Amino acid sequence: MHALWPLAAVGAAAICGIVSAAGIEDGEERSGVDFMTPETQALQADDMSNPGMLWVLQGEQLWQQAEGRADVACAGCHDDASQTMRGVAARYSAFDAATERPIDLAGRINSCRAERQQAEPLAPESDALLALTAYVAHQSRGMPITPATDARLAPFRDNGRRLFQSRIGQLELSCASCHDDDWGKRLGGSVIPQAHPTGYPLFRLEWQTVGSLQRRLRNCMIGVRAEPLDLELHLTERARGLLVETPAVRP
Amino acid sequence: MARALVNVPKMARQGEVVEIKAMIAHPMETGYRIGPNGSNIPRDIIRRFACSYNGEEVFSADLFPAVSANPFIAFTLVATTSGTIDFTWTDDVGKIQTASAMITVN
Ligand code: HEC
Ligand code: HEC
Repeated sequence: MHALWPLAAVGAAAICGIVSAAGIEDGEERSGVDFMTPETQALQADDMSNPGMLWVLQGEQLWQQAEGRADVACAGCHDDASQTMRGVAARYSAFDAATERPIDLAGRINSCRAERQQAEPLAPESDALLALTAYVAHQSRGMPITPATDARLAPFRDNGRRLFQSRIGQLELSCASCHDDDWGKRLGGSVIPQAHPTGYPLFRLEWQTVGSLQRRLRNCMIGVRAEPLDLELHLTERARGLLVETPAVRP
Repeated sequence: MARALVNVPKMARQGEVVEIKAMIAHPMETGYRIGPNGSNIPRDIIRRFACSYNGEEVFSADLFPAVSANPFIAFTLVATTSGTIDFTWTDDVGKIQTASAMITVN
């Protein structure tokens, strides 16, 4: 299992002593893509060499495939994804009236699968769910992130902000210590990005596969398992205005 | 379901050198890794990649466990006549996945 803790230990002396900078100023928001090597940037930019496109392609096939007891494809109801799904990922997560909780894009896809197609839900992080999510999110590529303004999401988003700012663990670091205050600095071998969820699901070279934002968060820090969707809402709000990149590539 | 991306220019001039790119989704499991239950994860790799142009093999490559997941292969061909470019990936157990693309040469 990869965790940033070993890295964090290396960087702790450098990080902890620093008096907090002002954080991310307006107009300074930058996608993780800006902190990557030119080689990795090129990999993302070329659809022919971006491995994430393999999942988008699989998602396109699954979109057309009839499933479940209803024996209907996503396309059966939603028709042409480039029309009907355009912009959807740019405003997710949404409020799910049924559970009265936030629901992310993968969750919404799975709820359509269970309720509309009457099929078994897809396992989290399964290739099929990642592929459908990447395909749907890809329809928003290049559009600015504009999180839903649904007031019912506010308490969850506030909780996410609180989590982002809480210092936890032995090193007393919060997500904000790194991503608001110390972005652009080096930590071990990597540059600390601003942690904007612009490209999920994305292909991580370290994983050698595509993964969700939830997986990324599990990897980034242990101890925030509690309300990952709340954290996701806060991250999306911080990223307002940045462009959707799905499928992105990250180191 | 083959998950492969192939890129062949749709049009080329006779005699032009064209770049061909092919990538397939595959774990390229080396056989050397230990799974969570303590036993070896069985080896599962693509062993051979081949490309044929109007039925004639024009490029091939043997792949080994050191090749990373989702192997990406780029090479060049000389465009001679219009036709079909076929790609095949053969894995350890002999299972073949295919993709193809058309090229118009004038
Ligand atoms: C039987 C019809 C039906 C099928 C099949 C279906 N959906 Fe849906 N889907 C709906 C309806 C109706 C809504 C809007 C109401 C709701 O939120 O449930 C919706 C909503 C969505 C949304 C949210 C859109 C938004 O603007 O918030 C997404 C994403 C989605 N579906 C994806 C899929 C995918 C992917 C599949 C295939 C796995 C699928 N749907 C299959 C009927 C369907
Ligand atoms: C010790 C510093 C540190 C802390 C604390 C930290 N991160 Fe990170 N984070 C990083 C670094 C460094 C990377 C880039 C890693 C890489 O490229 O391998 C990263 C990457 C990310 C990314 C990926 C961004 C992208 O472009 O896809 C997200 C999202 C993220 N972190 C969220 C969080 C959240 C949420 C927390 C708190 C739970 C957190 N991080 C805590 C250092 C940190």
